[in-house]
Amino acid sequence: MSHLSPVREEYEVDLQPLTHVPLERELPLGQRLWQQGWLRKSLILLLLALLWEGVARYQNNDLLLPGFLQTASALYDGLLSGELLGKVWISLVVLIKGYLLGIVLAFGLTTLAVSTQFGRDVLSTLTSMFNPLPAIALLPLALLWFGLGQNSLIFVLVHSVLWALALNMYAGFLGVSETLRMAGRNYGLKGLRFVLFILIPAALPSILAGLKIGWAFAWRTLIAAELVFGATSGKGGLGWYIFQNRNELYTDKVFAGLAVVILIGLLVENLVFDSLERVTVKRWGMQR
Amino acid sequence: MNARLQGHAASNPTSTGTALLSVDNVSLEYRTPQRVVRATHQVSFEVDPADRFVLLGPSGCGKSTLLKAIGGFIAPCEGEIRLQGQTVSAPGPDRIVVFQEFDQLPPWKTVKQNVMFALLASGTLKRREAEERALHYLDKVGLAAFADAYPHTLSGGMKARVAIARALAMQPKILLMDEPFAALDALTRRKMQEELLLLWEEVRFTLLFVTHSIEEALVVGNRILLLSPHPGRVRAEIHSHQYDLHSLGGVGFQHTARRIHGLLFNEGQPPETERELDFTDIRIAY
Repeated sequence: MSHLSPVREEYEVDLQPLTHVPLERELPLGQRLWQQGWLRKSLILLLLALLWEGVARYQNNDLLLPGFLQTASALYDGLLSGELLGKVWISLVVLIKGYLLGIVLAFGLTTLAVSTQFGRDVLSTLTSMFNPLPAIALLPLALLWFGLGQNSLIFVLVHSVLWALALNMYAGFLGVSETLRMAGRNYGLKGLRFVLFILIPAALPSILAGLKIGWAFAWRTLIAAELVFGATSGKGGLGWYIFQNRNELYTDKVFAGLAVVILIGLLVENLVFDSLERVTVKRWGMQR
Repeated sequence: MNARLQGHAASNPTSTGTALLSVDNVSLEYRTPQRVVRATHQVSFEVDPADRFVLLGPSGCGKSTLLKAIGGFIAPCEGEIRLQGQTVSAPGPDRIVVFQEFDQLPPWKTVKQNVMFALLASGTLKRREAEERALHYLDKVGLAAFADAYPHTLSGGMKARVAIARALAMQPKILLMDEPFAALDALTRRKMQEELLLLWEEVRFTLLFVTHSIEEALVVGNRILLLSPHPGRVRAEIHSHQYDLHSLGGVGFQHTARRIHGLLFNEGQPPETERELDFTDIRIAY
């Protein structure tokens, strides 16, 4: 072995405390503003509204395509008279009932699926059978069984929420790491307590995704169902409002109704689900 | 020096029946979709209170599987595992495992909550006492300042410390560590070994430690069980109570390390060291 001595000299440096260089500095105002999600999204909405108004002006036919401003004024009138809010309330009450019932059933089904082989087979068979079945296709049957009332609406809502959510939740449970499972069992957690304290929080990113999809499915199904069979005992929801105004050719009111559907969707997505994500999975570093 | 044993009988022929943990002729198998693979074959050993017992072997010798069986996660297909005379049949809070993986800490709980969670979920303590004990042990591992941080904000070494604090807070009968420092960088690993030994000096817990590093086994353990690969069988038991982190690179340490190396990799006698030490012999661990 030959030991070639290096040509360079060794040296050591005495480090003085670093005081004259700032350790952190702020980003410029423009960049900080651009990092605000709501600002970027508002800008997108503004662009879309401008585009819509432009196309409507070019088209120049109120009956086919009312512009943004016209729709906004119809929306304003509807909100002011309280008519639209009443319809929204009727729809939301039904929606939330069906949504919650669907969530409870999905939790039950997936808990069964992670505990037993039989439950797993039940879940996979049922989801593959019913998930592709459109909820609206079940509406005639629901009307036959539950009559022209809220119950048939809730039935189709549960159908639209349950399978999508159960599928996501179960996929989330399967994705929980073996180490985390063993750590939980190490504390003596078993059965329902294991599902509640380990599996559900660990699968929360998937569960939240499932809840979002379920919410969208439920909204869609409800509006479509109301369009098909209209009012229940004289009190129709948002779908009925859209349907009625189309029949009377108040196209701007139809657009106002659709706008409300969209607005509620945006509101729930950005306020409810985003805050839920912020205080849970994002805070825990489980999702970026 | 301990005598060479025939076959793989009980590792300690002078056992006095005071063993805390006894593993008695345990064979373990695991299932792949195609076949059943034998991980260990009739392994026996006994761990006494306040031992730092190390399972050492090349990868695939079933040492981790053995540790999981002691944890109660895998049932042996032959033989018996007893903790203070009670047969181990399911996971329980009297045997806390520290895993190698960083995701052993539930990410939705802060450091303090993580330690408390183990105490609360197992029903060991009420909330107030759990919090007190959690803070006590977090202080011991030097993480008191990070009690309210979430695990994803910590470095690997800090996560390992939380896992150790959690395990110690449970005050288990035996602490099972499955290559806890293998995923750490070399400097952090050395620091963690030092801290683990300091904690042991202070608390005197019983430790079962799985590793594939000869140096780590010699430093951490006081008794080392060598396992042969595929399937794991007991090859030897070696004393290592005389070595600590300051023995690294010493002549006795190197000699024992080479002896273990010989036992693990060549079937014959370990090569005796009559020759001069040269550069390749000096392995300053990692």
